[in-house]
Amino acid sequence: MALKRKSKQFKWHRKHLLGLRELSVEEITFILDTAKGFEQISTRSVKKAPTLRGKVVVNLFFEDSTRTRNSFALAASRLSADVIEFTKKTSSVSKGETLLDTARNLEAMGIDIVVIRHSAGGASKLLSRNIYACVINAGDGFCEHPTQGLLDVYTIRKIKGTLEGLKIAIVGDIAHSRVARSDMWAMTKLGAEVIFVGPPTLMPPQVDRLPVKVSYSLDEVIEKVDVINMLRIQFERLGGNPFPSIREYSHYFGLTVERMKRAKPDIMVMHPGPINRGLEMESEVADGRNSVILEQVTNGLAVRMAVLFLVNQAAAQEK
Amino acid sequence: MNVILDSGQIEQVLKDLTGRILSENPAEMDIAVIGIRSRGEVIAQRLSGRLSQKLGKDVPCGTLDITLYRDDLNSPHGNAQPLVRTTEIGFNIDDKIIILVDDVLYTGRSARAAMDALIDLGRPKAIRLAVLVDRVGRELPIQADYAGCKTDVEPGKLVQVNLVESDGKDEVVIE
Repeated sequence: MALKRKSKQFKWHRKHLLGLRELSVEEITFILDTAKGFEQISTRSVKKAPTLRGKVVVNLFFEDSTRTRNSFALAASRLSADVIEFTKKTSSVSKGETLLDTARNLEAMGIDIVVIRHSAGGASKLLSRNIYACVINAGDGFCEHPTQGLLDVYTIRKIKGTLEGLKIAIVGDIAHSRVARSDMWAMTKLGAEVIFVGPPTLMPPQVDRLPVKVSYSLDEVIEKVDVINMLRIQFERLGGNPFPSIREYSHYFGLTVERMKRAKPDIMVMHPGPINRGLEMESEVADGRNSVILEQVTNGLAVRMAVLFLVNQAAAQEK
Repeated sequence: MNVILDSGQIEQVLKDLTGRILSENPAEMDIAVIGIRSRGEVIAQRLSGRLSQKLGKDVPCGTLDITLYRDDLNSPHGNAQPLVRTTEIGFNIDDKIIILVDDVLYTGRSARAAMDALIDLGRPKAIRLAVLVDRVGRELPIQADYAGCKTDVEPGKLVQVNLVESDGKDEVVIE
């Protein structure tokens, strides 16, 4: 195995991870490279390393989540940190406490890293400016979900080797999707071409200003793409009637066995979860040989360990 | 810059280390070699090659990344940017005699981290430490079982091990 001494070592300096838009290609690549070293922790007999021993991570979730919250909790505990779970329903937020008061009170208990999910865009940024702890954005409004974007590109890079030159379709409810945005930033920065696919009613405003192509027909793009990321229809966020019926949406934008027959044989099928089976994707496709949906979940753990490690390192250097 | 081992001497040291490892660990024992990234990795590969040849059987070789086990991760005076890399050990370490390999033994802190990392991977029968250079200045009660050469260098200096695989030539220098 060839070893090369790095003449100029990249330096990670961010103690917060708020979004991927602001990250450079080098920073994104560095996180992905770092995450590789964390994969093996989850496969060995002692699934724990002492790296964040004595650190406290707070999961501050103002919106429902299973995957992301559990993934962060598991990532933190695999690095030996203590984890405090905070959910809106069981906290003083239901008594009217503001976000900053909640966070400052938690901080007064001596916490090191806050993982926050909030329905308001920019919530993590606001928090990062007002507390000393590291802040990791686990989804803010329709803005960003950086660790999902990172785990998606990590999964693609692992299977395809590189994102350079790949065509990637992101299909469905783009308007309400922070995943679509974080994916778009990470994928385009790493050299892929991104196509947003969905009905005009589910496209974000001013989509023409984003570094993507837009298509209103899945049938037009299905044959061309190397990767397809199917988003969940977010019924809880939909206002008005963006499409006439679920059946009609599924007919035009669902990933069916029939459509898959026209796709490239090695197309990667992704989904950030949770899946509405039979709506955006047929079960046979979700469980089929092109699906990497469960690999995404596994890789998410390594990526989140890497992010927790890196922000904590940046904070340690700052002292 | 002062050369303390040239390529011929490194060759001789590796030959001696191989001989001593074989004389103290009977052939019927299950031996494996694990190198600490990154110079230890190269030396481990060479040692495992020599041991395999002498024993006429494959002596497995792996690589250990100890970054997650370092004791200076939360220290502002620590290494500016520890780089996490992969641990690649493609065999079960349980009940094996593990020859843990590094280029230089100095404070003993890397060896401590490596032992903790190994124990999280399984329960070896024994861990023995083999190094190319044993430098005075231990901060922990750790000693090498097999050391190539001993040297007493003033604290501010660097003992740099260069190897063909990673640096283009074999030599140990004091900078």
